[in-house]
Amino acid sequence: MPTDADQLLAVTLDGLSGLIAALIRRGYRVAGPTVRDGIIGYDEIASLEDLPRGWSDEQRGGHYRLVRRDDEALFGYAVGPHSWKRYLHPPLLQLWRARRNGDATALESDPRPRERFAFIGVRSCELHAIAIQDEVFLRGRHADPHYRARRDGAVLIAVNCAVAGGTCFCASMKTGPRATAGFDIALTELITDEGHLFLAASGTDIGRELLAQTPHRNATPEQAATAEKIVDRTAQRMGRQMRSDDLHDLLLRNLDHPRWSEVADRCLSCGNCTMVCPTCFCTAVEDSSDLTGAEVSRSRRWDSCFSVDFSYLHGGSVRQSVRSRYRQWMTHKLATWHDQFGSSGCVGCGRCITWCPVGIDITEEVRAIRESGHS
Amino acid sequence: MADDPMLPRVARVRRRRRDGPQVWTLETEPEGGSLAAFAAGQFNMLTAFGVGEVPISVSGDPAEPGRLLHTIRAVGPVSTALTRLEAGAALGIRGPFGAGWPMSEAAGRDVVIVAGGLGLAPLRPALYRLLAERPRYGRIVLLYGTRGPEEILFRREIESWRRRLDIDIEVTVDHATAAWHGHVGVVTTLLARAGFDPHQALALVCGPEIMMRFAAAALGEAGVADEAIWLAVERNMKCGIGHCGHCQLGPVLVCRDGPVFRYDRLRTLLPVKEM
Amino acid sequence: MEDLTQIILGHPFFAGLDPEYGRIVCGCARNVRFEAGDYLFRAHAPANELYLLRHGRVALEVTAPERGTLTFQTLGAGEIVGLSWLIPPYRFSYDARALELVRAIAMDAACLRAKCEADHDLGYEMMKRFTPVLLRRLQATRLQILDVYGPHG
Repeated sequence: MPTDADQLLAVTLDGLSGLIAALIRRGYRVAGPTVRDGIIGYDEIASLEDLPRGWSDEQRGGHYRLVRRDDEALFGYAVGPHSWKRYLHPPLLQLWRARRNGDATALESDPRPRERFAFIGVRSCELHAIAIQDEVFLRGRHADPHYRARRDGAVLIAVNCAVAGGTCFCASMKTGPRATAGFDIALTELITDEGHLFLAASGTDIGRELLAQTPHRNATPEQAATAEKIVDRTAQRMGRQMRSDDLHDLLLRNLDHPRWSEVADRCLSCGNCTMVCPTCFCTAVEDSSDLTGAEVSRSRRWDSCFSVDFSYLHGGSVRQSVRSRYRQWMTHKLATWHDQFGSSGCVGCGRCITWCPVGIDITEEVRAIRESGHS
Repeated sequence: MADDPMLPRVARVRRRRRDGPQVWTLETEPEGGSLAAFAAGQFNMLTAFGVGEVPISVSGDPAEPGRLLHTIRAVGPVSTALTRLEAGAALGIRGPFGAGWPMSEAAGRDVVIVAGGLGLAPLRPALYRLLAERPRYGRIVLLYGTRGPEEILFRREIESWRRRLDIDIEVTVDHATAAWHGHVGVVTTLLARAGFDPHQALALVCGPEIMMRFAAAALGEAGVADEAIWLAVERNMKCGIGHCGHCQLGPVLVCRDGPVFRYDRLRTLLPVKEM
Repeated sequence: MEDLTQIILGHPFFAGLDPEYGRIVCGCARNVRFEAGDYLFRAHAPANELYLLRHGRVALEVTAPERGTLTFQTLGAGEIVGLSWLIPPYRFSYDARALELVRAIAMDAACLRAKCEADHDLGYEMMKRFTPVLLRRLQATRLQILDVYGPHG
């Protein structure tokens, strides 16, 4: 349920601090952005002190660096290499284990995580990414109970983007920078002469309830207008653009375009793009057993369509060449995702561009095919 | 957790039967009752505990869900481990998954089944169903090709079907010694001689992908429309439920949207290299 | 003679042939039958005849010392046997053995070649019927070579 502007609330730093404390008190495992290992990543946070106060990120193809801001903004960066899938769709998960007892074999799985999650600092592109993974794991004929257990009851506190990253193109994908749906609370960070404030809108009952218990004032029309302006400015400053309305047919018409070979000459097939992508969902399974064979288990781990084994079919892999694997990744993301799940698989977050070790730029690859391909 | 589609049930091997070089049919019995009824052409995910899991089509009779059959060729570590399970041994099973053969579309029409090698196994449930409801269909033609006479699956059953007068069966092999008195040549060569009405026939095709492409082309030449040709494709699968991403073939997820597809949906995809 | 022309025109290889051409090629034709086990021809023998099969199946065979006799193709009613009739040096490459009672029309190869040479329109008509058979056999052979049912299939 979207909240309209006249229900915007103004919350101070102390108020936000109280909100985090309230979530922890209610038993949520609160995760948010924090500086570690030279990046802004997502990790468990205990208070405002863990947030990346005064930090921003500088991003371009194959380049990411933390930089100091000249203010004390908590959310003054774009996105880092992590996305929320590390919580909702963990990189490694035990699916089940089986114990053999004499002649009997018993299987058990435990899809329930021990805590409910609350995420702070979810970007609009990430809300879309979560919705896309919801579609994959929950809306088909079979739902994934592991994903459902993590996703159900997760509180999403979004932040409208005040900074456009150097590789961002959510405006092109119509997935941001303004959070419009899928959040419990959406914040806009305002640092003005009046001080450091967050304008908060609630999107759900739990969001409303949490905000009601957080000290606040009603936002003034001027504050609301300023917040709008910040997000509008972000939309205009996107580091990248990509025309997206014709991608499905464009790419499927050009499966033999020479550009796939060109990009394959640069691509290291490392799979970084798939690891940082907030929608990439592919997994492999691995069985293991103890030495006696009395206990065996199966776990599932993130997999990447860039590995040769990904398409292995007794005797050989379907996609042997880097060319075919890059093509698989990009056409899936931008074209066949529509056929499979009813939307694009790209939210324009730019992570695949930033974290590609050789700076391959999906927007540039699309442009090259559009300019010289079969239209 | 009962509604966990990734959690296998424990099943026991009731019988194991050799059906060709490195090919075995396992009859299994899930502990605690049958799986959900399966449709002809659907598959299960079978686990060799401690080794791994592979998709295997059900090769038994849909009318006998309690007699769960899978015909497996030992090609990798998991399938090899499965074919070595003796009576009484435990395996994991979950399913059935996927979309099967379009049996409801077959009513009132001629049905041409073109099988290659192990591809007869996923088609056998369709044959059981066609023969059980024989009056509902027009002519039924089975054209089956294998590498050599040794590789012919379900030999005794084929012989017993041959004795029926209401199904035409032609078997051909790619290579044979003079001891073989049947057809020699690729399975597509049988099409020209098969007596069916191409304009109202439904064709079900299963075998190696190259063979299916040639079979679809030959059916087309014989006058069968692409919309009347169905084939079952195989891709790497880790989940069977559309969640792992491995079985993508362009716009389709083979496990979820297939493995049986109408040919016009795949016609332009199958020839694309490394799709 | 009239009956033989009708039989020839009724064979799929000559389906739709101009009756005038039918009469011409009929001059090269005779009815033949082979009992099961009889050879229609042997490898390396002169390709003196082309056979239009009307009934029964024929195996094309090759014999290797260590592997015995291998059948690489069987042909039946409606098909033709003896493709070497048109291509120099006009020698058969394989054995052709009747697997059961075979009835066929044997066309004298020298006679047919002479008529095609004398009337190129007839020759072209023959080529249009002959080359698709060659192409289909070539494609079938490629499929066999690919060994699609092997461990990779």
